[in-house]
Amino acid sequence: MKILNWLAQTKIWQSIFRTKLPISTNLDKSLVIFNSLTLHIHPVKVRLRAIKFSYTFYLGMISFFLFVLLIVTGILLMLYYQPAIPHAYNNMKDLEFVVSNGSYLRNMHRWSAHLMVITVFLHMLRVFYKGAYKPPREFNWIIGIVLLIITLLLSYTGYLLPYDQLSYWAVTVGTNIVQYIPIAGEKIRFLLLGGNEIGEYTLVRFYVLHCVILPLFMVLLIALHFWRIRKDGGLS
Amino acid sequence: MTKKEEFEIEISSDSKAAIQRLAIVPKKTPVKYEQEKPEENLVMTFPNLIIREIICFQIVVIVLSIISLFFNAPLEELANPQNTPNPAKAPWYFLGLQELLHTFPPVVAGVLMPLLVVIALIIIPYFDINIKRAGLWNKNPEKTLLVFSSVVFVFLIIMFLFDAFSILVPTLLIYILAVSPYLIKKRNAFINNIASLSLAGWIMTWFVSVTVILIIIGTYFRGPGWSWVWPW
Ligand code: HEM
Repeated sequence: MKILNWLAQTKIWQSIFRTKLPISTNLDKSLVIFNSLTLHIHPVKVRLRAIKFSYTFYLGMISFFLFVLLIVTGILLMLYYQPAIPHAYNNMKDLEFVVSNGSYLRNMHRWSAHLMVITVFLHMLRVFYKGAYKPPREFNWIIGIVLLIITLLLSYTGYLLPYDQLSYWAVTVGTNIVQYIPIAGEKIRFLLLGGNEIGEYTLVRFYVLHCVILPLFMVLLIALHFWRIRKDGGLS
Repeated sequence: MTKKEEFEIEISSDSKAAIQRLAIVPKKTPVKYEQEKPEENLVMTFPNLIIREIICFQIVVIVLSIISLFFNAPLEELANPQNTPNPAKAPWYFLGLQELLHTFPPVVAGVLMPLLVVIALIIIPYFDINIKRAGLWNKNPEKTLLVFSSVVFVFLIIMFLFDAFSILVPTLLIYILAVSPYLIKKRNAFINNIASLSLAGWIMTWFVSVTVILIIIGTYFRGPGWSWVWPW
């Protein structure tokens, strides 16, 4: 403790962290939020009701944390992954038998993804049943719906990447639905698969969607979602 | 017109002492904005919210680590386009959709229905009737019963014609639940609770029930050729 206190008094520390220790008054507590790049998405004060577990069940928060976890584990998985046939499949075997903690990494990514679909859906239900979508929050509800769709698409494009029997046929079932879209169906399916059936190019396309395009949209929309929560007057 | 000083607003930096609010209430529109309660309990974000976020994050990481240590993500053999598994199943969250595909024509199940669901979800906040979300039976219960029952009846007939029992049965159950506050006059906590659910609330409840049931059926009760099998 003594060392920490001494450290907090040094010029170097104070040049990095603007908030002076110790934090005691309400002003100090405000400054913790105010002076921080990440924390200042929060207001300095919040409604007591809104931070109770029984009000939100923290479902939005949990969805967000799962997304953070997915980004971290996802980037680590990218270090071991090649979107090619049959390398992709062999990479999965390598993760299981060669890479240290490879199984753990893959399991974390897989189970977080499944859980995130569930928590985002439950979050939507909580917002609905508490009537938290009502004006002025109606646009944030719509952003939420898009977030739900992107979550599903992310999960779905990721499903192909191990390129085992399970992924191949699940994606076959899904992309067959696309061809029933009137007029443009066949064309869209061709665009998505990079051919008439699932192959090398499908894997690359799904990889790019899964690792670049969809996460980018997700990050932007989550930022918009959080910004709107502030602008709409905090949690209802 | 009125004199200038009558427009003067009270100005103060203390928002509790001088509350300033401008409300524009257009004709015929219900006032939708909840009254703000100035005496609402506010707490400092740091540490009250921050500590909750940190603990929440830690619990998420710990729970997922435990799951990941004990359960392995599935991995079957290398994809083989020549060897079609029977049945080939989509990921669980699309199994409801796949179930629909085996019941309705593909354009209806694969394109029209998902589109309608997304549109319905987007419309919810703009669905201005009933914005205060009065219970279904609050006003004009006889007329409500007639209209509500007819719509559900027509829907059930259509589902029957398509042999869509996996939708028919849950719909019927939700319908019975929805009309029970009308039929049962004796009140208890449970009946009071469902009596306060609005039309939008019932539609959402119905949608969620059907989705969950279709996913469960797709996951556990469908075997070769999408025939009905028992999971045990
Ligand atoms: C990736 C998905 C999502 C993330 C990360 C996310 C995150 C959050 C967070 C952290 C909150 C603060 C309150 C809480 O923790 O519950 C929130 C509030 C909210 N979310 Fe989401 N959300 C997501 C998806 C959705 C969906 C699918 C909807 C609805 C269709 C939605 C609608 C809303 C609304 C209306 C609020 C404001 C609630 C209030 O004022 O009480 N969000 N979101």
